[in-house]
Amino acid sequence: MTNTAIADPQTSADGASVGAARSRTFARRARNGGISLLWALAGVGLVIVMWELVKALGNVIPLPLNTSDMTMPHVWTMFAAMGEPEVRGSENTVLDAVIAATFRSLLLAFGGFLIGVAVGLLLAVIMQRFLFAERGLLPFVIASQTVPLIALAPLIVGIGNQIEIGPIKWTTTYSVMFIAAYLAFFPLSVGALRGLQAPTPTSLELMRSYAATPNQTVRKLRFPSSIPYIVPALKVSAAASVVGTVVAEISTGVRGGIGRLLIEYARQITSQPAKVYVAVFGAIALGLVVAALVTALDVYLTRNLPKEKSA
Amino acid sequence: MRNIARSRWTQVVSLAAVGVLALSACSSSDSSSEETAAEETAVEEPAVEEDTEPEETEEAEVEEPAADEGCAELTPASLQLQWFVQAQFAGYYAAKDLGFYEDNCIDVTILEGGVDIVPQTVLAQGGADFALAWVPKALASREQGAGIVDIAQVFQRSGTLQVAWADSGIESPADFQGKKIGNWGFGNEYEIFAALGKEGLDPASDVELVQQQFDMVALLNREIDAAEAMTYNEYAQLLEAVNPDTGELYTADDFNVINYADYGVGMLQDAIWADEARLGDADYADLAQRFVTASFEGWIYCRDNPQECAEIVTANGSQLGASHQLWMMNEVNKLVWPSPNGIGIMDAAEWDQTVDISLNSPNLEGATVITSAPPAEAYTNQFAETANAELTNMGLDTTGEGFSPIEVTLNEGGA
Repeated sequence: MTNTAIADPQTSADGASVGAARSRTFARRARNGGISLLWALAGVGLVIVMWELVKALGNVIPLPLNTSDMTMPHVWTMFAAMGEPEVRGSENTVLDAVIAATFRSLLLAFGGFLIGVAVGLLLAVIMQRFLFAERGLLPFVIASQTVPLIALAPLIVGIGNQIEIGPIKWTTTYSVMFIAAYLAFFPLSVGALRGLQAPTPTSLELMRSYAATPNQTVRKLRFPSSIPYIVPALKVSAAASVVGTVVAEISTGVRGGIGRLLIEYARQITSQPAKVYVAVFGAIALGLVVAALVTALDVYLTRNLPKEKSA
Repeated sequence: MRNIARSRWTQVVSLAAVGVLALSACSSSDSSSEETAAEETAVEEPAVEEDTEPEETEEAEVEEPAADEGCAELTPASLQLQWFVQAQFAGYYAAKDLGFYEDNCIDVTILEGGVDIVPQTVLAQGGADFALAWVPKALASREQGAGIVDIAQVFQRSGTLQVAWADSGIESPADFQGKKIGNWGFGNEYEIFAALGKEGLDPASDVELVQQQFDMVALLNREIDAAEAMTYNEYAQLLEAVNPDTGELYTADDFNVINYADYGVGMLQDAIWADEARLGDADYADLAQRFVTASFEGWIYCRDNPQECAEIVTANGSQLGASHQLWMMNEVNKLVWPSPNGIGIMDAAEWDQTVDISLNSPNLEGATVITSAPPAEAYTNQFAETANAELTNMGLDTTGEGFSPIEVTLNEGGA
């Protein structure tokens, strides 16, 4: 009774101090986040200022690049272009169209990324497990990335057009996802393979002394120790899937995505030079969103790993 | 122990497999629903028409005696375009949306092009049943082994221009001497080389040939003296741009326009190509016949209703502004009409000219489009002739002798 009476305030004091510590951490994180956001915005501001400075300078002295409003529209013209209707009479603004296209490309990139990650991990596990698979597959995995994408894209569309399994008809959408996955699987398979091979001989011998099966070794030792290798590989894969999506959209003209919009707007550059930059912003946003998603995944996957640097 | 471990391992693998399947199923269903949303008009309309099909066909029978007596089923067919949906392909979109293909018992899927899509290659690989392509490029593919045949020469004349500033002194290809001449390359440049050759100019030393982007910025910035342009697209882009000196749009008076067709170096452009090997198959030949007939009906409709056809193209998802679209429709009509021998019938003289230039006008690298004359089978008038007869029977004008283009006013940015 007395014990609890004594213990109670202690616990609550502990709880309060933990709570206070937590809110302090939160405040610090928020402040850090706010500061880095400010720096990021400052960076964007710097780019805008530089852009306009180069333009202004181009009016005074001849520069090796063309600074006319047609090749380098003013930043405010670009922002104004966002609000213009996409085509006359349409209620959609250019910005609406770009956002919709960016979202669609994001879905395709994400689909390609998931397929790429699944295939990449599977290949890594197989290659780690069977030496002959590593010897036999790795050269192909590496060679696969030396094929130029613009040569591959029409080929995939051409072959894909003929695929029809029951009610499922291959569409160019699948081709885009396939190309994104084709780029995304590589960094992951190579990174994960290195990670799976990372445990020291001592650790492996320990597992052997436990009479662990190869499967158990993979699950309990190899896979956890490969996380530090997989996380950066995921980042590269995500970036690759975005690049793959946009390039595939441009190359095959698949409708709805940001790649197609880039081409459409680029062709209107003669009369509306600012419009294409709105699509460029969309492509940049696409990259940023994917990077943010992967960072969130990174935080989740590495939550149990010792932190090298404090957050 | 081992057994347990193995069964667990199998579980993990199968779980992973299920997960991957579920994920891919999710993403694919997402994207397919997205796609239906994006291609709303294209997907929904045929579905609606199919529902009302019996009545419609009956009506069609009364009005159009040439149409088949009801379709047992629609034959699926695909057409590969050279580029995104735009009025350059209006006849096909009109034939699809107005039900001309359906009247001929075909369910046509129109495949848009892209930067790296080569229609004649797609056709030769079996990715499409028919393809549109410029004659010289298709002949080059044919020489390299693509078994393709020109079954309808829809564009009767070349639409390629060289546009210079009015104050540049460039009024004919002879004036190219010593100037910076923009060209697109990639097989779009042979008319320029033919024109230079005709004027006795050496492309290597007498002119400076510059690779040009697919826009007119270089000309407007005066980085080049003359730019390659299509009547129906890039030339319009110039007239949609604002002259910074006046604040008004540029006008035709600001430019000198050289039409290669006027100098006897025009090369044939958009034609419908079919798979040569499959033409031996009676079903495919029949499909080709129906496709050509219905497509011509679309082009005839667009000749008489340019405004409506421009709107059809826009409704199919073209990003081009309304006035630009109508301009393109009108200019494309000028390339199709008049068709003195009937729409889609090859003008032998134009074919010979195209082949002659393809054989005898080397580019800077000394390469010609083709190295030996194509065989007579490279094109056929059989399908176009039958189509013309059928359409004439339906009371349609297939030559467009009295065709007169409309006047189109371009707005800023083609809006």
